[in-house]
Amino acid sequence: MGRYVIRRLLQMIPVFVGATLLIFLMVNVMGDPIAGLCGDRECDPATAAQLRREFGLDKPVWQQYLTYMGNVFTGDFGTAFNGQEVTELMASAFPVTIRLTIVAILFEIVIGITLGVVTGLRRGRPVDTGVLLTTLVVISVPTFVTGLLLQLLLGVEWGWISPSVSSDAPFDELIVPGLVLASVSLAYVTRLTRTSIAENARGDYVRTAVAKGLPRHRVIRKHLLRNSLIPVVTFIGTDIGALMGGAIVTERIFNIHGVGYQLYQGILRQNTQTVVGFVTVLVLVFLAANLLVDLLYAVLDPRIRYA
Amino acid sequence: MPEPQSGEPHVSGGQRATENGAIAATGLDGTMDLATTEGETLEKGLGNSDAGGPADKARSLWSDAWRDLRRNPVFIISALVILFLVVISLWPSLIASGNPLKCDLSKAQEGSQPGHPFGFDGQGCDVYTRTVYGARISISVGVCATLGVALLGSVLGGLAGFFGGISDSFLSRITDVFFAIPVVLGGLVLLSVVTSNSVWPVIGFMVLLGWPQISRIARGSVITAKQNDYVQAARALGASNSRMLLRHITPNAVAPVIVVATIALGTYIALEATLSYLGVGLKPPSVSWGIDISAASPYIRNAPHALLWPSGALAITVLAFIMLGDAVRDALDPKLR
Repeated sequence: MGRYVIRRLLQMIPVFVGATLLIFLMVNVMGDPIAGLCGDRECDPATAAQLRREFGLDKPVWQQYLTYMGNVFTGDFGTAFNGQEVTELMASAFPVTIRLTIVAILFEIVIGITLGVVTGLRRGRPVDTGVLLTTLVVISVPTFVTGLLLQLLLGVEWGWISPSVSSDAPFDELIVPGLVLASVSLAYVTRLTRTSIAENARGDYVRTAVAKGLPRHRVIRKHLLRNSLIPVVTFIGTDIGALMGGAIVTERIFNIHGVGYQLYQGILRQNTQTVVGFVTVLVLVFLAANLLVDLLYAVLDPRIRYA
Repeated sequence: MPEPQSGEPHVSGGQRATENGAIAATGLDGTMDLATTEGETLEKGLGNSDAGGPADKARSLWSDAWRDLRRNPVFIISALVILFLVVISLWPSLIASGNPLKCDLSKAQEGSQPGHPFGFDGQGCDVYTRTVYGARISISVGVCATLGVALLGSVLGGLAGFFGGISDSFLSRITDVFFAIPVVLGGLVLLSVVTSNSVWPVIGFMVLLGWPQISRIARGSVITAKQNDYVQAARALGASNSRMLLRHITPNAVAPVIVVATIALGTYIALEATLSYLGVGLKPPSVSWGIDISAASPYIRNAPHALLWPSGALAITVLAFIMLGDAVRDALDPKLR
């Protein structure tokens, strides 16, 4: 197990370097950050040159990248161009987005897997067809449309929730935004669980368990579910990173001041430090979640052994 | 040979038999001969069973899938919707006589009225005309991005899967890198610099970030196809790499790519709208559903119709492509038969 984890950690290094380098290059293409600093006017050349030196922007890109990564590993994500520490921005933004992601993942697990099991065991019945059609519709309506519609209906017309989330963003205000963020993945989880359950329900071990006279709920929980959840766990695990990065749209609709909001502001204002810093952390989250998923396999499926 | 039939099936059946025969000659004679005759009887049986059918070619996966699809109402409905969308994106003036850019501010946010069934948006433009004209960008972005992604992804993934070795592990790491970057985020960063207001930067971005998905699928299915006996046989006969790839592997590995690409087409359309909504995709005066939804969202309380119609059109379009992909997958997946 230990050796497996180490090997996986080593494999993560090139992906991490590649992803951060890619985003570093993209941000560099994004345009001259100094030009953004001077507002609408043209920059005074002398000031621009001095700023460039100050931020290390006169050096070649690869050198900037190395310096930056060196700083990141000592916990220094640099300062945004308005003088605010990027780590400070992160400290305010990440808790909000993490709460939002937790709500979304809970929706995926509770509703998605429940619906998947229910439909998977009743393949071809009206419940199954109904849920399947609903998931198709949910997948086809883009998140920002779902979000705007729910905001209009629940927030404005019926007044059940407040249309925008306060800056503290407590859990109860994040329920609807979390549902919106989860919606598409929720539909995928339902479909995935359904297929997996329906396939495994024909398995010999399920027939054996039923023949042994085990009660139905025990067969489903202990035998069927445990074997069927492996692809679902993979999906949810890889989805954690996607949800945190994809929260831009949801956070914009409900005015949540999380990671997506900061990134959006950073990109609009060409604040390269903020963008690169946040993306670096998001990539790390994505990689860590993937590792976690692989390790969870061993728990779910004892046949898998990590030597 | 089969019962009297039209000319073509005979030819293709015969070709297949000779191909089998050629393979048999290289192998252990007795067993392979048996296989050949077995194949012939099998084909005869198949030919007999549907001798009345209109297309009695040698039954490949494709003709089988096509027969399934033609009977699948989901496929027919989604294909008709897509056909309709393609037609109006090519000739929008067929069903909308107005000009999407001709707006009358005095009518801003007004509801439905004769001649303007969907009402007016915040700038007083006719929502119906704009919704019809919006199809063009969505369809062209979706189709071009999917073509680009499918071509690049399947060529790279297929070659990596076929040759294996260093190039394969290199490509796999690259796809890992691209998977680690959230798509919407990459779009925001890359497209925020673009000043040209055309569909090409959006398509280019989608191809750039989308190909790893297809390449992973193509790689996997090429690796599966590569291990089949007929590929080994072709190799033993001295077929060149390109012949094996083009004649034997591609036809047997392309199905999953087509399925994933069709479903991805729907998501690319949704992604274009999302990017336009975030203000980095296309910008006015382009006419796109994403732009219209974005423009309508501030006054959603007063004029929800300006948001609902383009949203509905967008949802139906994406739904049609996803359902088409679903139907194609059901038809091509032998496991479900």
